[in-house]
Amino acid sequence: MINFNRHLAALAAGVAATAMIAGAALADPALLYDGGGKYDKGFNESAFNGATRWAQETGGTFGEIDLTGGDAQREQSLRQFAERGYSPILVPGFNWVSSLSTVAAEFPDTKFVIIDSFVDLPNVKSIEFKEQEGSYLVGVMAALASKTGTVGVIPAFNFELLEAFACGYKQGALSVNPQIKVLQNYVGTAFEAFNDVAKATEVANTQIDQGADVVFAVAGGAGNGVLQAAADRGVLSIGVDQNQNYMHPGSVLTSMQKKVDVATYEAFKSFSEGTFVADHTVLGVAEDGVGPAFDDNNASLITPEIKAAVDDATAKIISGEIKVHDFRSDKACPV
Amino acid sequence: MDLIDIVNILAQTVRLATPLILACLAGLYSERAGIVDIGLEGKLLASAFTAATVAALTGSPWLALLAGIGGALLFSGVHGLASINFKGNQTISGVALNFLAAGLTTYLGTSWFKRGGFTPQLSADQRFGPLQLPFAAELRNVPIIGPIYSGLISGYSLITYFAILAVPITAWVLFRTRFGLRLRAVGENPKAIDTAGISVTLLRYQALIITAVLVGIGGAYLSIAAGAGFIPNMAAGRGYIALAALIFAKWKPWPALLVCLMFGFLDAVQLRLQGIKFPYIGEIPVQAIQVLPYILTVILLAGFIGRAVAPKAAGLPYTKER
Repeated sequence: MINFNRHLAALAAGVAATAMIAGAALADPALLYDGGGKYDKGFNESAFNGATRWAQETGGTFGEIDLTGGDAQREQSLRQFAERGYSPILVPGFNWVSSLSTVAAEFPDTKFVIIDSFVDLPNVKSIEFKEQEGSYLVGVMAALASKTGTVGVIPAFNFELLEAFACGYKQGALSVNPQIKVLQNYVGTAFEAFNDVAKATEVANTQIDQGADVVFAVAGGAGNGVLQAAADRGVLSIGVDQNQNYMHPGSVLTSMQKKVDVATYEAFKSFSEGTFVADHTVLGVAEDGVGPAFDDNNASLITPEIKAAVDDATAKIISGEIKVHDFRSDKACPV
Repeated sequence: MDLIDIVNILAQTVRLATPLILACLAGLYSERAGIVDIGLEGKLLASAFTAATVAALTGSPWLALLAGIGGALLFSGVHGLASINFKGNQTISGVALNFLAAGLTTYLGTSWFKRGGFTPQLSADQRFGPLQLPFAAELRNVPIIGPIYSGLISGYSLITYFAILAVPITAWVLFRTRFGLRLRAVGENPKAIDTAGISVTLLRYQALIITAVLVGIGGAYLSIAAGAGFIPNMAAGRGYIALAALIFAKWKPWPALLVCLMFGFLDAVQLRLQGIKFPYIGEIPVQAIQVLPYILTVILLAGFIGRAVAPKAAGLPYTKER
């Protein structure tokens, strides 16, 4: 009986603590990380960095949770955060679409933000990226850096989003050199391809054997294998999503960045300034949402010619003079 | 397609087959001793993780290789305890270990290195990179012999050479030594072994140790030879493919080598054929190319292999009668 009472006391304390947290957190934004986890050196960490920047600038705080239980926890955690009064609640990644659609409908007064997908509800802000535009720019760089006239792109598998990268890259490369050969090989056939480093290494080798001297990895973690193979064989590679230039300085030509941190920061900021609109935005080169990464690690590879060509193409994309075709619009690549 | 292309594809075949060969031979020892090992996938993953972790911490590929073997030994030990001592269901134990490996490696990796389960990037001296055999560079330009020697025979990781060497050694151990005879007997008829006064438990544990060593080296290959660091689920189903290869090869070492090389070859060819324009046909959709290895496997398995009979006592825990 004593034991039972002790449990009860602990339970009561727990409830009280939860209530206190809930009270303090009213109208704070929250961030729910996707499968890869908070410190994934990728998508989630990028969102975390954006949120941290917002917190430092405004002195605000934000709630966060790192999911450990997989898909089963998504809906539950989302509902919990909404019940505690957090707003806006930001979720990065397309894995959140179904749980967000359910929960957002249950809490019409709470604002939600989803990155990398579109959820059509009046209280959800959807932020997507024009991957094709950033890929166009790295394609321009690849074509100028290539000495063999052959470059490669390696998507994880045949998938719409990844095709948008590849198609933008091809358009960029061909804009510089209409004779250039762009090889496209896939690592695998399904999501596990994102993890298959050993296979990705061999795919890169296949392209290098066929003369490619710049290879663009669009394969998540497996892309590490592509960057490794390029470094081992003395050719250039291009990273993806985050700035991966540091992985093999002098071998990674650039990285096609998707600036999830910028998107997170802007979403939180707009809410704290009262300008939040639950709309559907697609961030491209003009909004600085996507683009090649320049830093000390690749400075030696960026000739003035490459820099000038990228600046020129960037200006033309912003002005609308260059329209980069999006594979997703008609499920086809014109080049 | 000239000689250099063929050499490149064949070299790629060997590299893709290396982890399969090691895992397949590992499974061979265990299954020949009567322990079904569906946990090869988990052991590959566990050893890839321990190897990459130790390589990142100490910088020594040799210590990392030992750690890889250690990781696999740990998992083999649990499997042995469950299926030999406690006479549990071997398939269930193996599947449980696969789940455990997938979860544990990601969890530990995330909490130790804070990189979403990735271990730190390894530099060239922390891994088993490609070896250049003597005169490989000098002979490169000699016609025919040059590309074959420097491209096909030289230039693999040390682990690949070991994997190839492990095949004749396994064949010799299995069919030419007393230990091998006992190992095969314990998988066919453990009672006979017991009657002869030899410990079934000891023999099965010995087999599991060899299994762990081989699959541990195979896992280390993924993270410190082919790759340069661990990433979650990097085994990507190789443990299961190795098991399929084992059945395909009817639990024999030389056929196991051939089957693993065949899987590697089909994969290498598939990679090369993607996006190539064929005369008269044009470009074949990539999905059709990617499905080739699987279709060919089914055809070969159904049409040419015949009946594959597993060791008789495989999967059955041995209970001594009193």
